[in-house]
Amino acid sequence: MTTTLHTTPVAVDDKGDASDKRVVRRRLGPGRRIRFAFWIGPVLALTVWSIGSATGVIKPAILSAPWDVVVAFEDQWVNHDLLGNILSSLQRSAIGLFLGVTTGAVLAVISGLSRIGESLIDGPIQIKRSVPTLAIIPLFIAWFGIGQEMKIITIALISLVPIYIHTHNGLRSIDGKYAELAETIGISHGEFIRHIVLPGALPGFLLGMRFAVTSSLLGLVVVEQYNAVAGIGHMITLAEQYGQTDVIVVGLVIYGIFGYCADSAVRLTARRVLAWRKTLEG
Amino acid sequence: MAQDTRGLTTTVEPAVRVRNLHRSFNENGGVLNGLDLDIAPGEFVALIGRSGTGKSTLLRALAGLDRDVAGHGQIEVPESVSVVFQDSRLLPWKRVLDNVTFGLRGPDAGERGRKALEEVGLAGRERSWPYELSGGEQQRASLARSLVREPELLLADEPFGALDALTRIRMHALLRKLCEAHRPAVLLVTHDVDEAIVLADRVILLDAGVVHTDVRVDLANRSRSDAGFAELRSLLLDRLGVDSE
Repeated sequence: MTTTLHTTPVAVDDKGDASDKRVVRRRLGPGRRIRFAFWIGPVLALTVWSIGSATGVIKPAILSAPWDVVVAFEDQWVNHDLLGNILSSLQRSAIGLFLGVTTGAVLAVISGLSRIGESLIDGPIQIKRSVPTLAIIPLFIAWFGIGQEMKIITIALISLVPIYIHTHNGLRSIDGKYAELAETIGISHGEFIRHIVLPGALPGFLLGMRFAVTSSLLGLVVVEQYNAVAGIGHMITLAEQYGQTDVIVVGLVIYGIFGYCADSAVRLTARRVLAWRKTLEG
Repeated sequence: MAQDTRGLTTTVEPAVRVRNLHRSFNENGGVLNGLDLDIAPGEFVALIGRSGTGKSTLLRALAGLDRDVAGHGQIEVPESVSVVFQDSRLLPWKRVLDNVTFGLRGPDAGERGRKALEEVGLAGRERSWPYELSGGEQQRASLARSLVREPELLLADEPFGALDALTRIRMHALLRKLCEAHRPAVLLVTHDVDEAIVLADRVILLDAGVVHTDVRVDLANRSRSDAGFAELRSLLLDRLGVDSE
């Protein structure tokens, strides 16, 4: 056999099958999926934390041991309505996220498809993007008070930005030849948006969604420090006043779990709805 | 053998009528310079010519895809025009059947799409994603997408340019069969003189943005070994400035 090889083929272990002899190239992509790959990193972090606390390397004053956090969790659950706090936080971020995602996506489509829309929408959003949300909150308090309204609007605004940026970018990256095809087929503007623009921008939207979900939690942490009567942030603020490190860690862990679950949900959805793509994601 | 289309005595209205068509991309001269062309209903015309002689420009003008190109002239085309591109242009996020029926109206759209897929030999692949098809299969799906619309004019811009030689031969037979069944007027842009002779009723050679040669293919036998085939082939190659010997 005379083939020119630029890389050295790697011999694979033939699993006892003498009839299957092949020359296989070194794989350059990430390769096959690992089962439960998603959990390996977090479990490893938990293990390091546990070992650190057990051996005394991590002092309780610095970071409470995992088991102390579990005890604090139980105490909060039984005596301080932790579930109520969780639900209150979840509700806040869910409403804010929903509003932000919807507005962000609609604005991205308008600004992506219309030059006038772009000139009206794109600039303000880029400006909003560079203003830290923390700096806007005092203004929002003046406008909307310190109640639920201000909190939801802040979260919505924070999650709107990544959705807008990524959906807009995804939409503009759609190959112009598909628009040309649509023109020759003679479909309406609505059909064009439904069958070409939205599916074509979906990968971008879903990436924006991953950022938006974590942004909404970030917003949650910030707004719940202002005059909240319930919520994880409220719980943390109280714990801070009483110096309860373990309760603070309970709050942090809950935030972490929220973010992780939400991100996993988005990634799983993405894998399902983007089945038409043949990418390294696999 | 060469004959101007305007000299033909046709009783039916042409499906396509182009008069004095000018198109240019910059000031240094036009791509199309006063081109005239008639295509009869059901007639299969192949358009050949060297690179840059305006073949694709003409096709895009007929397809209505040249709104940003400067120029003037009259174009009359039928109501229903369908375009087959060099790439299959299947929407990657739609399954094959949904691609074929894309934009099709009526309750029987799915049924018609299935029939069209069957006609191009893709029965059973309705639920596949485009990336799961081979290049030839993708191009067949795109043919099905065009034909399911029952166009009066089919515009094809080097539809087989990206296919391998064997697949090409099979696609030639398929396209002829489909065109005989549906009888659209066809304008096929190609680089391949053999392809033009095998497929077309008429071969038009563009040069410098006008019709340079216009020949009718009156061959009983379209096999490459036929004497008439070889004669026509060397005539066209000669006009293209290629030494066929």
